[in-house]
Amino acid sequence: MMTIDVLVSQTRSLSLADVELWVRNEWVKPETVEGVVSFGDIDIARVLLIRDLHYDLDVDEAALPIVLSLIDQVYDLRRHLRLLSEVMQDSVPDDLRSKLLENLVARRG
Amino acid sequence: MEDPYATLGISRSASQDDIRAAYRKLAKLHHPDLNPGNAAAEEKFKILAAANDLLSDPDKRARFDRGELDAAGQERPSGPNYREQAEGSAGQRYSHSGPQAWEGADFSDLFGSMFNQGRRSNTGPRPGEDQRYRLTAAFLDAVNGATRRLTLPDGRTLDVKIPPGTIQGQILRLKGQGGMGSAGGGNGDAFIEIDIAPHRFFERNGKDISLVLPVTIAEAALGGSVKVPTPSGPVMMRIPPHSDSDAVLRLRGRGVPKHAGGAAGDLHARLRIVLGTIDPGLETILKSWTPAQPFNPRAEMEAQP
Repeated sequence: MMTIDVLVSQTRSLSLADVELWVRNEWVKPETVEGVVSFGDIDIARVLLIRDLHYDLDVDEAALPIVLSLIDQVYDLRRHLRLLSEVMQDSVPDDLRSKLLENLVARRG
Repeated sequence: MEDPYATLGISRSASQDDIRAAYRKLAKLHHPDLNPGNAAAEEKFKILAAANDLLSDPDKRARFDRGELDAAGQERPSGPNYREQAEGSAGQRYSHSGPQAWEGADFSDLFGSMFNQGRRSNTGPRPGEDQRYRLTAAFLDAVNGATRRLTLPDGRTLDVKIPPGTIQGQILRLKGQGGMGSAGGGNGDAFIEIDIAPHRFFERNGKDISLVLPVTIAEAALGGSVKVPTPSGPVMMRIPPHSDSDAVLRLRGRGVPKHAGGAAGDLHARLRIVLGTIDPGLETILKSWTPAQPFNPRAEMEAQP
């Protein structure tokens, strides 16, 4: 966890105004712990992601929310799929799993 | 790893010459060749060398000062990786469906067809399905409220109680009047969407009702009492003398009646002067009439075509 000042001072090409705007737009949603806005690892990673999208990849502020929304949907899906695969690993017998895999591969062709 | 500036005993603002001098002085003290067999000195020398290596290179030194390199001169990882974070449980914070934990519905949305098979073969109680219907209500039924009978495609009839003040597209719910449940499951509900037919005279704007009220030239010019239809029956309204076409007179409380959704609305009557058949008497009057102040109702139009 770090405060916005520490985050900005420790991160290359990032201004306080940027991060404040991103938080206001709810592109980054840090938690408030005991009255202090604290950036957890996911929030820091997201700030870096937005910085890279915005400054290195030239995604402008109008396109950012759309891009972020699509990214969020992809990760939602990936978390769902990961959970599904974990549950399958735990509760689906091996032979059935290999049957599933077989059918998946066959369908993909 | 110790701060390389502290290792060399110099300040952050030290010049390149200061750095070289400080390193030489300490390296002579701790050089392994000058301290054979002294493991501590050897270790210390390694640290000195690393510090010198980092600070004597202006480029590396600058990157260290900016925090991009750690004290060992290693690239500091550029921060937590978003993919790793987002795929883990922390990613829920930025979930499209909100930060709360997933519910069964989220999964049935994605994998519904995968699990439906199992549910179908379930012989437990199943509630009946909700059904939707449309009912066209007369304008005044929607305003004043009424009970209307709806015949369903399966031959059943439903008595639908339309409450006063019902609006276009409002959906009424009849509990338990939808599809039958099976194996002890309750019936579904019937949802009835109300479509309101237009009225010949009345028009509705929220809780107010408006109509165009035709008046004779004498009623408009001289004033008088006229009978005005309202949703709750005709009432007498006084027209003030010197009223013109398009004047709007208001009958307070004569719009949509008071109902659960709020207070009663008003009725707005917009006057329209209707001449009807012009009889010889009026013709004579108009021919002999010279207005004291000539009036051109098209003055505005002519000024600004």
